[in-house]
Amino acid sequence: MKVRILISFKESVLDPQGQTVKNALHTLGYHFIKDVRQGKVFEIELDGLSKSEVQKVIPEIADKVLANPIIEKFSWQILKEEEKVR
Amino acid sequence: MKFGVVIFPGSNCDYDTFFVLKDVLRQETVFLWHKDHNLNNVDCVILPGGFSYGDYLRSGAIAKFSPLMQEVGEFAARGGLVFGICNGFQVLLELGLLPGAMLRNKNLKFLCEFVHLRVENVKTRFTHKARPGQILRIPIAHFDGNYFTTPELADELEANNQIVLRYVDEKGEATEEANVNGSVANIAGLINKAGNVMGMMPHPERASEALLGSRDGLVIFNSLIERF
Repeated sequence: MKVRILISFKESVLDPQGQTVKNALHTLGYHFIKDVRQGKVFEIELDGLSKSEVQKVIPEIADKVLANPIIEKFSWQILKEEEKVR
Repeated sequence: MKFGVVIFPGSNCDYDTFFVLKDVLRQETVFLWHKDHNLNNVDCVILPGGFSYGDYLRSGAIAKFSPLMQEVGEFAARGGLVFGICNGFQVLLELGLLPGAMLRNKNLKFLCEFVHLRVENVKTRFTHKARPGQILRIPIAHFDGNYFTTPELADELEANNQIVLRYVDEKGEATEEANVNGSVANIAGLINKAGNVMGMMPHPERASEALLGSRDGLVIFNSLIERF
């Protein structure tokens, strides 16, 4: 099974990298872009776990290692077969 | 006083710190390898500057899982002195030995320059040799030194006198401009509530000899060496 975990800054945290990307996009004429938040993506392959075990273990490792809960939040999903191939 | 300087893969201020303690200040000093489980009976553990694990994931985030850090955590809980410089400060934040987290500098630049610091609390094991409000000139060298915490916690840090060092201008004013990395409340150095764990982004080991342009960093090391 493969899961994708998205880590991003909490709304209360300023994201200067996202702001810089937004400013660059405005310079290129994409004035309709209201906001940009930059984050991290992890794709993790797991072996031998049931779905309910995965649902327990992913938030655990996201909280303990992948994200710093003081400044970041995370979301995650199990990837479908066709997404894996791409 | 016996010091132990921890070496992580990617530490690069370990030898500078060792040199200042051992050769400039003539203190018994040993290196501590991050994979060991032995603190070698040191009185003070120093987590040096550098880029432990290449700053992968987040600065200090992987170093926190180094085997030796378990001992460092227990040592700190027993009241042992732990001092984190730059990346060492980031590791202490990731470990939760100090509160808060580091973000990228506000101008997205790696900053490598001398800054002015004001000593806000001289009643600590790390700063008692300084005069109240003394201005120190010590260099910084970091990408992620933009200290973040919630406004509530910042008030608490202030109330508990845990903010030990602030970025200030030459006159000692904590201005927006002097706050080079964008830290909450101009915070450059913090201490824990118990007073035995301190972290600071500037590098006192790079300001410990006249030849290097400043000896202001010695006030910190000398405070550690001489007890209250």
